[in-house]
Amino acid sequence: MGKLVDWIDERIPMSKTMKIHVTEYPAPKNFNVWYIFGSLAMLVLVNQILTGIWLTMNYVPTADGAFRSVEYIMRDVEFGWLLRYMHSTGASAFFVVVYLHMFRGMMYGSYQKPRELIWIFGMLIFLVLMAEAFMGYLLPWGQMSYWGAQVIISLFGAIPWIGDDLTLWIRGDYVISGATLNRFFALHVIALPLVLVILVFLHIVALHEVGSNNPEGISIKKKKNSVPDEEKPKFKFHHRFTSKYDIVDAIPFYPYYVVKDIFWVGIFLFFFSYVIFFNPAMGGFFLEPPNFEAANPLKTPEHIAPVWYFTPFYAILRAVPDKLMGVLLMFGAIVFLFLLPWLDRSKVRSIRYRSTFHKVNLTVFVISFIVLGYLGVKPVTEVYTFLARLFTFLYFAFFILLWFYSKNEKTKPVPERITK
Amino acid sequence: MKTLFRTCILAAASLWSVAVLAAGPNIPLDEAKVDLHDKASLQRGAQLFMNYCLGCHQMQYQRYNRTFNDLEIPLELGVENLQFTGEKVGDRITNNMSADMAGNWFGTAAPDLTLVSRVRGADWLYTYFRAFYADDSRPFGVNNAVFPNVGMPHVLQELQGVPRKTYESRMIDGEMQDVYVGIKTDGSGTMSPDEYDQAMLDLTNFLVYTGEPMLLQQRRLGWYVFGFLFVFTVFAWLLKREFFRDIK
Repeated sequence: MGKLVDWIDERIPMSKTMKIHVTEYPAPKNFNVWYIFGSLAMLVLVNQILTGIWLTMNYVPTADGAFRSVEYIMRDVEFGWLLRYMHSTGASAFFVVVYLHMFRGMMYGSYQKPRELIWIFGMLIFLVLMAEAFMGYLLPWGQMSYWGAQVIISLFGAIPWIGDDLTLWIRGDYVISGATLNRFFALHVIALPLVLVILVFLHIVALHEVGSNNPEGISIKKKKNSVPDEEKPKFKFHHRFTSKYDIVDAIPFYPYYVVKDIFWVGIFLFFFSYVIFFNPAMGGFFLEPPNFEAANPLKTPEHIAPVWYFTPFYAILRAVPDKLMGVLLMFGAIVFLFLLPWLDRSKVRSIRYRSTFHKVNLTVFVISFIVLGYLGVKPVTEVYTFLARLFTFLYFAFFILLWFYSKNEKTKPVPERITK
Repeated sequence: MKTLFRTCILAAASLWSVAVLAAGPNIPLDEAKVDLHDKASLQRGAQLFMNYCLGCHQMQYQRYNRTFNDLEIPLELGVENLQFTGEKVGDRITNNMSADMAGNWFGTAAPDLTLVSRVRGADWLYTYFRAFYADDSRPFGVNNAVFPNVGMPHVLQELQGVPRKTYESRMIDGEMQDVYVGIKTDGSGTMSPDEYDQAMLDLTNFLVYTGEPMLLQQRRLGWYVFGFLFVFTVFAWLLKREFFRDIK
């Protein structure tokens, strides 16, 4: 065994990589439960890829065959229903964990210098994930697949001059058709997953270059030779980390966070399995009832609502009377998230040491996001439109206010070390 | 921080319950007490479907043999008594009515019913079957309280009899008004109202089954998975606790 490892190590840096990134990687010792969602997102990604591969074996990407083949998978393929529910539940679970993961980053200021690129890669992952989910949702070729895609693609028509040509180019037809289904299938199973995996890789490369933030928002890297030996952790960390800095209050990723994550994977799988085995449609939120009817281009459903993870943005879109402005604002909602590292000018990262005003601001932001998500599934009424406008305003107010107050924010004193 | 977290959970929970109640038909739906373990009910439902529905409505994603096996009907018996069109037992449950013909006759194609329970829900179906009423303004002389101006005739009239809408005079805001209270049959059908309700529950039960034929297997497997996860998570927790004992 040892000889084989040596043989490989002389040819590729296997053991070295393992040490740097896993067994001798220093992670702050004070991670709380908010730090599990990165690992869980990875788990869900693997779940999506594996179940996706097996679904592809029986799925037929044609307008004639798509709906039928999904029911074939559900009924005639051994445990096909399990693969399909794992995949459909996984899509929603992906957004649940990613939204919580992003909220964690916002709470503890994990996007701040020097972690801007981690945040940018993360936001790109989020963007690609949305495209991936949107295209995947067309594949079952149900009524909501069809009409939801119709609505979303028509948004590009709001762009001046090129709008109509652009929608035509995206659809490959004058309406959503088999041509659209084919290209969405290709993008969903090959192109976007590849991009996603590459971005996840870069996200982690960037993370491991600067190291993880933590709930205290303070660095575990101290000036070289500034920490007495008895205060250093008793663990061996790779010299790549210790040669430049004194590492304090850290534990190696393996075994500590691996065993912790495994425990939380167990807890997560309870929720995940509950949906798969007992409530796969999740009250119409994960699988919408009209989607159990095959796509019919001549019959528009009474009420077209996107799946829950898009509804906050959909609500922002509908809140604006002008279509182009609505589209711009909707994309603006994501652009502002991208800019977060530069909008937040505070010297303090963690919410634990930031001003009450910031805490209120973040709380209002979270409430706005949830309320917009709720409004996005509801039909348009006067009251709902008013609420959608109000909470759209509050959503954007978070970023604008943050830029103004964060520069000279009154923060609490931050401790030197993670004391615990 | 804890307060923030709690507020979010509460907000999410309250919104959730409202959202689930969204949208519905114009008359209150009766609760369909479907029971997928009641094989006799499912068999009666299948019998009704094959005799009365299949002429127009297909079940093109469901196979005969799967249905017979799941409903505990011996295959020979099923082929003899429930298959009318000379198909093989492994075939899907289809008919020969084309969408064009249906369009000419009824104004629209008769929808496939394999998944109708997942689109409409059991309560909707159960109420719909019992909500036909005589209406001379309609081409087939019937209308439906759950699905106004529905294209189909009341196929089960020979079982139910001629159903009529009944009203009751009630005092509302100081004025006497006629309020719709339900549907009453004239008694010309072969079934009593109670028998008809039971038959419609059987049919609903069957349609719920075809919507998700794997449902019982799915639930059963779910409990095993929960059992495994419980053991797994307990040991994972013990392992985590053991490792973190020294981390202060």
